[in-house]
Amino acid sequence: MAHRIEVALKDGIRDARGERVKREIEHFLHLPVDEVRTLDVYTVDAALSPEELAQVAAGPFSDPVIQAWSLNTPRAAGFDYAVEVGFRPGVTDNVGRTAKEAIEYLIGRPLASGEAVYTSVQYLVTGRFGLADMERIATGLLCNTLIQRYTILAAADFQARGGFPATAPKVQSESRPEVREIDLNVADDELMRISKDGVLALTLEEMKIIQAHFRDPQILAERRKVGLGDRPTDVELEALAQTWSEHCKHKIFAGTVLYEDEQGNRQEIKSLFKSFIQRTTKDVREKLGERDFCLSVFKDNAGVIRFNDDWSLVFKVETHNSPSALDPYGGALTGIVGVNRDPFGTGKGARLIFNTDVFCFADPFYDKPLPARLLHPRRIYEGVVEGVEHGGNKSGIPTVNGSLVFDERFAGKPLVFCGTAGIMPATINGEKSHEKEILPGDLIVMTGGRIGKDGIHGATFSSEELNENSPVSAVQIGDPITQKRMFDFLIRARDKGLYRFITDNGAGGLSSSIGEMSGECGGCRMDLAKAPLKYPGLNPWEILISEAQERMSLAVPPEHIDEFLGMARRFGVEATVLGEFTDTGMFHIMYGEQTVAFLPVAFMHEGLPPMILPAKWETRRHPEPQIAYGVDHTDDLKALLATLNVCSKESVVRRYDHEVQGGSIVKPFTGVADDGPSDAAVVRPILDSYEGVVVSHGICPRYSDIDTYHMTANAIDEGMRNYVAVGGSLDLVAGLDNFCWCDPVLSEKTPDGPYKMAQLVRSNQALYDLCLAYNLPLISGKDSMKNDFYDGTTKISIPPTLLFSVIGKIEDIRKAVTMDLKRPGDIVYLLGKTGDELGASEFLNLKGFVGNNVPVVDAAKAYHRYQAYHEAVLAGVVASCHDLSDGGLAVAAAESAFAGGYGMTIDLASVLWKGEMAARNDTALLFSESASRHLVTVHPENRDRFEAIMSGNCFASIGLVTAEPVLDIAGLAGNSAIRAGLAELKESWQKTLRDL
Amino acid sequence: MTQKARAIVITGNGTNCEVEAAHACRLGGFDEAVIAHIADILTGGVRLDDFHFLNLTGGFLDGDDLGSAKAQANRLRYARIAGSEEHLLDQLIRFIADGKPILGVCNGFQMMAKMGLLPSLDGTYLNQEATLTFNDCGRFQDRWVYLKVNPDAPSIFTRGIEKGIYLPIRHGEGKFVAASPAVLEQIENRNLSVLKYTDAAYETSVMEFPLNPNGSQNAIAGICDATGLLMGLMPHPEAFVHRTNHPRWTREELPEDGDGLILFRNAAEYVKKNLC
Repeated sequence: MAHRIEVALKDGIRDARGERVKREIEHFLHLPVDEVRTLDVYTVDAALSPEELAQVAAGPFSDPVIQAWSLNTPRAAGFDYAVEVGFRPGVTDNVGRTAKEAIEYLIGRPLASGEAVYTSVQYLVTGRFGLADMERIATGLLCNTLIQRYTILAAADFQARGGFPATAPKVQSESRPEVREIDLNVADDELMRISKDGVLALTLEEMKIIQAHFRDPQILAERRKVGLGDRPTDVELEALAQTWSEHCKHKIFAGTVLYEDEQGNRQEIKSLFKSFIQRTTKDVREKLGERDFCLSVFKDNAGVIRFNDDWSLVFKVETHNSPSALDPYGGALTGIVGVNRDPFGTGKGARLIFNTDVFCFADPFYDKPLPARLLHPRRIYEGVVEGVEHGGNKSGIPTVNGSLVFDERFAGKPLVFCGTAGIMPATINGEKSHEKEILPGDLIVMTGGRIGKDGIHGATFSSEELNENSPVSAVQIGDPITQKRMFDFLIRARDKGLYRFITDNGAGGLSSSIGEMSGECGGCRMDLAKAPLKYPGLNPWEILISEAQERMSLAVPPEHIDEFLGMARRFGVEATVLGEFTDTGMFHIMYGEQTVAFLPVAFMHEGLPPMILPAKWETRRHPEPQIAYGVDHTDDLKALLATLNVCSKESVVRRYDHEVQGGSIVKPFTGVADDGPSDAAVVRPILDSYEGVVVSHGICPRYSDIDTYHMTANAIDEGMRNYVAVGGSLDLVAGLDNFCWCDPVLSEKTPDGPYKMAQLVRSNQALYDLCLAYNLPLISGKDSMKNDFYDGTTKISIPPTLLFSVIGKIEDIRKAVTMDLKRPGDIVYLLGKTGDELGASEFLNLKGFVGNNVPVVDAAKAYHRYQAYHEAVLAGVVASCHDLSDGGLAVAAAESAFAGGYGMTIDLASVLWKGEMAARNDTALLFSESASRHLVTVHPENRDRFEAIMSGNCFASIGLVTAEPVLDIAGLAGNSAIRAGLAELKESWQKTLRDL
Repeated sequence: MTQKARAIVITGNGTNCEVEAAHACRLGGFDEAVIAHIADILTGGVRLDDFHFLNLTGGFLDGDDLGSAKAQANRLRYARIAGSEEHLLDQLIRFIADGKPILGVCNGFQMMAKMGLLPSLDGTYLNQEATLTFNDCGRFQDRWVYLKVNPDAPSIFTRGIEKGIYLPIRHGEGKFVAASPAVLEQIENRNLSVLKYTDAAYETSVMEFPLNPNGSQNAIAGICDATGLLMGLMPHPEAFVHRTNHPRWTREELPEDGDGLILFRNAAEYVKKNLC
C-alpha cells in the first residue's frame, strides 16, 4: 500500500515558495490572500516497514534543522483551503526518482518492480474568497493541468476526510501491446482523416506516395517474406511521419520555390538550403582557401570548427517553441538539455563548455484578453526562465550569452532558442574526433533514460500550428541529472574507444536516430521489445517514436560490448542492446519474434519529392511617422532605456550560473558596479591556455515589418559587431542560422503564404551576401517554420525572425575589451556612419510607428573597419567598446557611461553622417539604428596609435569621458539634446524588469 | 620526505566544478589532483586513503531533489564499497581521523553540513547542527560577494588572509541556519564562523541583499570545525584563481593570482608540512 510522508517547515522558518505564490495570487488574480504555506508530500508506494519509513522520513526526506515530518498523518492546520498538486501518471517525476534511490541506499536493497515514490506539493491558503476563486488559483497558477493533477479541500472537508488520501499516480496498463494495420486503399479524404486523426502531419500528396509504395508488387512480395501483409503497420506509418515531418525533414527549406520579385522577374530556386545556406559555406570556404577552419558542417548534430592544433569547437543552437507554449517550464527545460545532446552527439562526442539562450516573448505585463489555450505571457516568461535555469545550472554548463526580445505577436508562440557549445580533442585514439562511421554488425545500443509515453508526436505536432487540440502527450520534462550521469559515463567510454558512432535521441525518438544511423551503413534490425520502458503497456509504435528524454543511440562494435555495458553498470547508467546495424538496405523493426516494420532505407530518406512553394515579393510602405520632435530628448532617452527590449535583464541573467567550469572572462555584466550589459561573452575552455572562445548573437525581428532582407543583414551584422567589440578575431569566426518563421505555405489558413515565402527568400539572399562579405561560414543551424496560433477565428503569426549566432576565437583572453567607460579624460570615438535610418527602430516603435527607412548594412566597409578595430584591440589601445543597436547612439552612450560610473560629453555635430544632409537632425543622430557602429573610448596617450591603425576607415572623435556622472549631448544647433545624471538613467534602465 | 602531495576531487551524480577545483589544487601546489568519479570509489577502484586533501566541490548533487545535497549525504552515509563490508563513510571518517584537510564548496558545503561534518561541535562528525536552505530572495543567484575573514578562526585554509576576499556565489540554497541559538552562539564563541558577507571594505558584516545574497544568520558564508581542517563555504574559491576571473579585471589593477587561490595554497602547504 501507499504511504504519505509529509514534510513541513518548522515554525519561524521562512517559506519562500509560499511567499512567491502569495505574491502571484495578488499580482495576477487580485484576490485578498492572507497567507500561503507549502508542504512537500512523498507518496511511497513500496513495501517498507514502519521503522524504515520513519528512517526515510527523518533522513533523506527532511532536514531536521528546518523541517518536521509525519507519516500517514496530515500536518496541515489553520488554513481555509488545502490544494495538493502532483504529476499525472507517467509524467517524469525527478524528485520521486531521487527519493526512490535514496530509499534503496538506506535500506540496502533495490525496490521491487512497480514500486516507486511520487511527489506532490501541498499549498495551504488562507484568504477571503470562495471555492470558485480557489479553483482559479489552482488552475491559473499552481497547476499546469496538461502534466499535473490537483485536488482542493476546504478546511471543513479536510477535517472530515482526515486530509488527502495516499494515492499513487501509477500508469495503469489496461491494454496489451498491439500492432495495427492501416488500409490505405481508400479515398483521398479518408487518407487525410488518417493523417489528421493520427497527428501524422502528412499532406495528401505524401499520403499518396505512401499509398503507392504499398501498391508496388515487388515491395509487397518482399514484405510477405518477413511475414508482413500488404497494408502498412502503424509502426511503419508513424516512422514515415516522423522522418518526413517538417521538423525532421525541413521540407520548406528543401522545397522548390517559384519566386517572383517586385519587378515581376521570376526565378525557380531548388532548395533554399542548398542554394543559399550550403552554398554560403562552400563559397566562403573556397575564399578562405588555406585558412579554412571548418571541420564538419551540416552533416552532424552540430557544426565543428578548428580551435587550435589540439582542440576542435562544436556549436549548435536549437529552438523548442511549441512545447514551451504548452508547458513553459518543461518545454524550456527540455529545450536546453535537448540541445546539450547535439554537441555531445557530434563526431565522437564533445565536452560541453557553455550554453546560450535567447527568448522571444510577448509583454509580461500584457493586460488584454487572450484566445483560449494561450497562456499569459508572464506565465510563459516565468516558466521558460525557470526551465532553462534548472536545465542549464544543474547540468553544470555556464550560460554565458543571450537576450530577451519582446513583441506582442510572440503571444501566439514564444520563441525559445537554446544553444550549446562543446570542445573535443582534435584526435582521439589516433582518429579524427569529428568523424565517425558505422560498420554492418555493429550493435545498436541505447543509453540513458527509459521510454514512456512522454513526447509522442513532438516532431509532427511542432510541424503544425498551435491549436486547441494540440496533443498533451507531446510535452516532456527533462531530467538534467540522468543526462549528466550518462555524459559522465559516455565521455569516459569515448576516451577508451568503446563505441564507433554516437547520436542524440531527440525529435522522432529511435525512429529518427536509428533511421538516420541506418542511412550511414545501409540498414538495421532492431527489436523494440528489448527497449527498457518506464511502465508496461506501450505499443511498438509508441516505443519507436517516443521522445522520452536523456537518451543517446550508439553503434558499439561487438568486441567492446561487454566492457561498454560493464562500465555503464558501474556508473549507474542504463544501456541496452536493441539490435544490430546491417547493409541490407532495410529499416527492419521487430517486436520480439514478429516483424513490425520493413521499410527500404532509401524510401524513408529519399522517397519524398520536393514541395512546390509559390513566393511573391512586394515592398510594403508604412505611413511615414508624423512626430513633433522637441529640442530636448532626455525624456525620450529615459523612456527608451525603460522599454522591454532595451532595459536591464539582470533579474533573469543572475539566475543563470555563468561562471561554472572556471573559464568566465567577459561576463554578462561588467563595469564599476558589475551591472553594465556586455556585448558578447569570452570563455577560456582550457584553463592553462590563454586562448579563448568568443560567442555573441544578433536578432532584430521588428525589421521584418519593413524587409526581411535587411532584418537578416542587420541580425548578422549585430552578431558580428558584438563579437568584434570584445576582441573576437576575424580569422576564425563562424555563424549559425536559426530561422523561426510563420507558416509560409500557401493554404486556406495562410492566404498570404506567397508573401511570407518571399520574405524567406529575401532573408536567405541576405544571408548569402553578408556571410560572404564577412568570411563567415555557416556551420550549423535549424529552422522552425510553423510559429502561428490559429483557433479557427484568431490567427497570430510571429514576425519572421532570424537568430544569428557567432562563435570564434580570441588569441589571448587578456586582450579582451569590455563596454564600460574606464577613465575620465578618455577620448570618445564613434566608428561608422549614422544615417536617417529610424525605420522599425526602438524609437519609432515607442512613438507608435514603423516607418520605412530600415538600416542598410554596408558590409564591405564594415568588414574593413572591423579588421582595423581588431588590430587596435591587439595593440592594446582600446579602453572600452560598446556596440550600437536598439536605441542607437544615445542608448549605447548611456549604458557605457553608467556601467563605467563616468560621464560623457558628446557633440552630435562631430558624428559622421551618410545620405542626404537635409535629413540630418538630432533625433536621427541620437536614435537611428544604422548598422556596423561601435562607441569606443581611448586613453589620450594612445590617441595617435589608435587613429593610425584606424586610418582609412569612417570614424570620428565625438567627445570626452568626464568625471562628472552626467551624460551631456550637444545638438547640431549647439542646444542641449540630452543632459541627465547617470543615476537616473540607470534607474530608468533597471526598474522595468527588476521585480520579475 | 619525498611523498607527493595528492588531492582528490569527487565527482558524479551532478557535481559540476571538478575541473576547475582540480586546476586550483594544482595551481595551489599539489603535485597531483585526481578527479575521481564516485562510481570508481564505490567499486573500490579509488580509495580516499591514498590522498591527502579531499575536495567536495560545487554542483547539483542528484539535482538537489530532496533539498541541496541531501541525497548524496544519504549515499555517503549508507553506500558500501562493492565486494566488501566497508562503507564509504568508514573511509571518510578515517580520512578525518588521520588529520587530513577537507574543503567543501557550495554543494560540498551543503553536504558537509547535512552529514554533520560541520560544524561538528561535539567532534563526532555525524550530528547535523546546521543547514543551508533557500535564499531569502527566493532565487538562484550568481553574483560576487565580499567576505571578511575571522582572524581568530582555526581554519588552516584562511591563514594569511589580511582582511577579506572577493568571490562569486552561485546558489539557490545558501542561507546558513543553525539548529538553535545555542549552536549559533557556540559557532561564534569558538570562532568557527570563518567567513562573513561584508561591505566592500571588509569591515562590517551585512544582512541585506545583495551584499548578503541569501540572508544567512549572522551573515555566515563559511564555517570550519574546531581542528580547522574541515571547512565549508558557499562562495567559490576555485572560480577566482586568475585575475581575468574577476568581474572588473578590465578596469582595475589586480595581482595575477585570484583571491580564491590562497585556500588551495594553504591546503597544499599544510599537507606538505604535516602529511607528506
